[in-house]
Amino acid sequence: MVLAIILVLLVVGSVLFHFLSPWYLTPIASNWGFIDDTLTITFIVCGFVFVVINLFLAYCVYRYRYRKDRRADYEPENKRLEWWLTAFTTVGVIAMLAPGLFVWAKYVEVPENARLVEAVGQQWKWTYRYPGTDGILGTVDIRHVDANNPFGMNPDDPNGQDDVLVSGQEIHLPLGSPVKMLLRSKDVLHDFYVPQIRAKMDLVPGMITYFWFTPTRAGRYDVLCAELCGSGHYNMRSYMVLEEESAFNAWLETQPTFADTQVVKVAAVGGSLVEQGQQVAESQGCIGCHSIDGSPGVGPTWQGLAGRTETLADGSTVVVDDDYLIESIAAPNASLVAGYPPIMPPYQLDEATMAALIAYLNSL
Amino acid sequence: MAMTDVAHDAVDYVRPAEVAEEELYHPKTWLGKYVFSQDAKIIALQYSMTAMAVGLIALVLSVLMRLQLGFPNVFSFITPDAYIQFVTMHGMIMVIYLLTALFLGGFGNYLIPLMVGARDMVFPYVNMISYWVYLFAVLLLLASFFVPGGPTGAGWTLYPPQTILPGTPGADWGILLMLVSLGFFVIGFTMGGLNYVVTVLQARTRGMTLMRMPLTVWAIFTATVLALFAFPALLVSAVMMTLDSVLGTSFFMPAIVSMGQTLDHSGGSPVLFQHLFWFFGHPEVYIVALPAFGIISELISVHARKNIFGYRLMVWAIVVIGGLSFVVWAHHMYVSGMNPYFGFFFATTTLIIAVPTAIKVYNWVLTLWRGNIRLTVPMLFAIGFVFTFINGGLTGIFLGNVIVDVPLSDTYFVVAHFHMVMAVSPVLAVFGAVYHWYPKITGRMLNESLGKFHFWVTFVGLYCIYYPMHYLGILGVPRRYYANGVTDFIPESAQTMNAAISIAAIIVASTQLVFLYNLAVSSTRGKPAGDNPWGATTLEWQTATTPPTHGNFGKELPLVYRWAYDYSVPGAKEDFIPQNVPASGDTGDAR
Repeated sequence: MVLAIILVLLVVGSVLFHFLSPWYLTPIASNWGFIDDTLTITFIVCGFVFVVINLFLAYCVYRYRYRKDRRADYEPENKRLEWWLTAFTTVGVIAMLAPGLFVWAKYVEVPENARLVEAVGQQWKWTYRYPGTDGILGTVDIRHVDANNPFGMNPDDPNGQDDVLVSGQEIHLPLGSPVKMLLRSKDVLHDFYVPQIRAKMDLVPGMITYFWFTPTRAGRYDVLCAELCGSGHYNMRSYMVLEEESAFNAWLETQPTFADTQVVKVAAVGGSLVEQGQQVAESQGCIGCHSIDGSPGVGPTWQGLAGRTETLADGSTVVVDDDYLIESIAAPNASLVAGYPPIMPPYQLDEATMAALIAYLNSL
Repeated sequence: MAMTDVAHDAVDYVRPAEVAEEELYHPKTWLGKYVFSQDAKIIALQYSMTAMAVGLIALVLSVLMRLQLGFPNVFSFITPDAYIQFVTMHGMIMVIYLLTALFLGGFGNYLIPLMVGARDMVFPYVNMISYWVYLFAVLLLLASFFVPGGPTGAGWTLYPPQTILPGTPGADWGILLMLVSLGFFVIGFTMGGLNYVVTVLQARTRGMTLMRMPLTVWAIFTATVLALFAFPALLVSAVMMTLDSVLGTSFFMPAIVSMGQTLDHSGGSPVLFQHLFWFFGHPEVYIVALPAFGIISELISVHARKNIFGYRLMVWAIVVIGGLSFVVWAHHMYVSGMNPYFGFFFATTTLIIAVPTAIKVYNWVLTLWRGNIRLTVPMLFAIGFVFTFINGGLTGIFLGNVIVDVPLSDTYFVVAHFHMVMAVSPVLAVFGAVYHWYPKITGRMLNESLGKFHFWVTFVGLYCIYYPMHYLGILGVPRRYYANGVTDFIPESAQTMNAAISIAAIIVASTQLVFLYNLAVSSTRGKPAGDNPWGATTLEWQTATTPPTHGNFGKELPLVYRWAYDYSVPGAKEDFIPQNVPASGDTGDAR
């Protein structure tokens, strides 16, 4: 009796939870409403089965509870019933699979006119590349990657000179026209994930993966990494800004081309020294590991860092000053703070960039 | 041929033996009897206790993860690195070192010889070695907690390249110990697995045709066959990854710039590893699920006092599910970057599996229908299993249907789904099985009140933990995150939910201590059970002594005259007729 009641309560509670819970799909911002529709179909079919079978289970538990004077039925098989149930299940499965495959067929066929945009992942930040006025993305190779060429652009490829490189924290896209996201990783698996777009795909080093969508709703959305990529996985963040074509074009104008990056240095972006430093920290992905609000991270927080006394891995202590900061950026493992893994790569920054970053660090 | 037998017709005659019985090996020392034992029953207990001990560690790890997720920034010792190390070790221990070892090494060893009417496993010596190799694998794995850098934090799927690169904790020692330990596990399992398969095929007592075998044996047998085919894929991927890590080969490693350093690797394929891993990994799901299916069929039939409904279809469902489980693996890889056209094939095969799986669920429920249901503790767990398995099975349809998987993959929906179907359900089956067979193993009953308390907290608690978690996933909360941080689409209420889930998890985890207490105390103070406390038909309940001694059945092996599910046969004196009672014994005294 108690069991039957609890089973019914769990069924009713589950259904109520489905309708009343504040957590459901985020408002969609792409053309993939079809995905939401197939999800809804699946919910209807599966929800029906869930309710019916479990209520029947509860009924059996109650109705056929043990009585000493009663015997169970003896019915080893019932071919008719078994066939009906098999057929019924098959129909239910087809009702979910058929629309699913129909939508998948659309998903794998990229429209011819899709705009190419590349997202590049590395531990633990996102950067983006747009083809320049020629509409062609220049060739890249992992062997070309260095501090001055983080995208690994082939310096001899004329198609790449006008490619627009975005090292900041945002990818912008215009509303209404399809986008083919090309995905490339420099180190490990990542996954380009914007919940409101619905589509997602892994980045796999050694190959280019892709998916496509059409932005439909203006806004600024979180970009996350959805494939475990090491210590800083949860902090590998960026933003996707969906906006009108004109706003998008205006934004794209302000971003440097590959040719620009070969002459202009990072810190020459204007603003106060602290603001410049903040830009450096964002574009270099520092804040993937170092929080600026005191919360724990892969590396020590930057909040109140300057002047703090840190215990190093070898047991000695050091008061954090500019010299220590410069050393820790250029050779992070030389004087490692105790309790943190030696995983930060060395950064070779020119003097002005370093000065800006140090100014920013001292301001926190 | 056995397969064409009408399953539920009893006979009076069993063919005579063709060869004389082999003499069993008899240990001469205490060590040989209880430590380096070749008796499958002792080996089963060794496997079970080791698996439960290591499972307890994994349980503690899960509580630590929940502490971080429910109350971020409160426990300073849980760093981002420690968190993913907990995630990794929890997953690997639970799936391989607990569930696989417990179902096959534990229940397989105990139940197969007893249920098919054999004196022991066919190769007792190899069986013994199997356990010691498993124990060695467990110790290697646990050793990784104590090496520099700690255990690997690569996630239980161990996806390269990050597995062996410095951005992942344990990338030097931890991962090597993990890979070597897995290698030994596979070797140990293969020794045991061959034993289970050959014993089922060759050592059944006379009259025990394949279509008279209890579904538990069918299920463990099929799961073992799956494991023998699937584990080699894990072994080769572990070997190749070890070579990539130690010798710098490039099986799975493409050209990479890691943390500013250009590595020497080139040309390897990370996706190849995923194919190998899931070629093992998906059958692994059924290696755990099938034994649970079999055990649940047994429990429901015995405690509902009714034959299992549709026995033959149940057998075929087990075999078909086992076969299909080898052609669905890439449904774990819909967003991995593999050729998207694979999606059509793997979504179709995956959803086809839903049909035999649904048949199993229908038949469990139809067995209860018009039964005479005793709500014993094992039965409570069995019904709990059916409920959670329906839930977890249905959410599998979401994830198997390729396009629906795209938004849900790598979110908490996946976490909730696989825990419901592969953790909650099998664990409920394990508990049900322990309450069911403990009287045979020890000769004493487990305390019923403690058992009921254990059931209610565990069943309702686990459901309340995992059901809401699906909705965090539908919202889009990504899995394997140390903290959600400031994320616009995740409302404050999600954190409240996380805290509630964590509290429930701590309650459920602590309740398992009651179970352990019950196990310990009842072994000496429990109510004496007698030979057949549940009134069950299968051979393990018909042994001469309880607990059964070395050789299982005393002087004479039992002969089998009927299928395993003669409950409430019309006209019979009792509501069950054991398998070793001839047809003419139906109406007389069943014993």
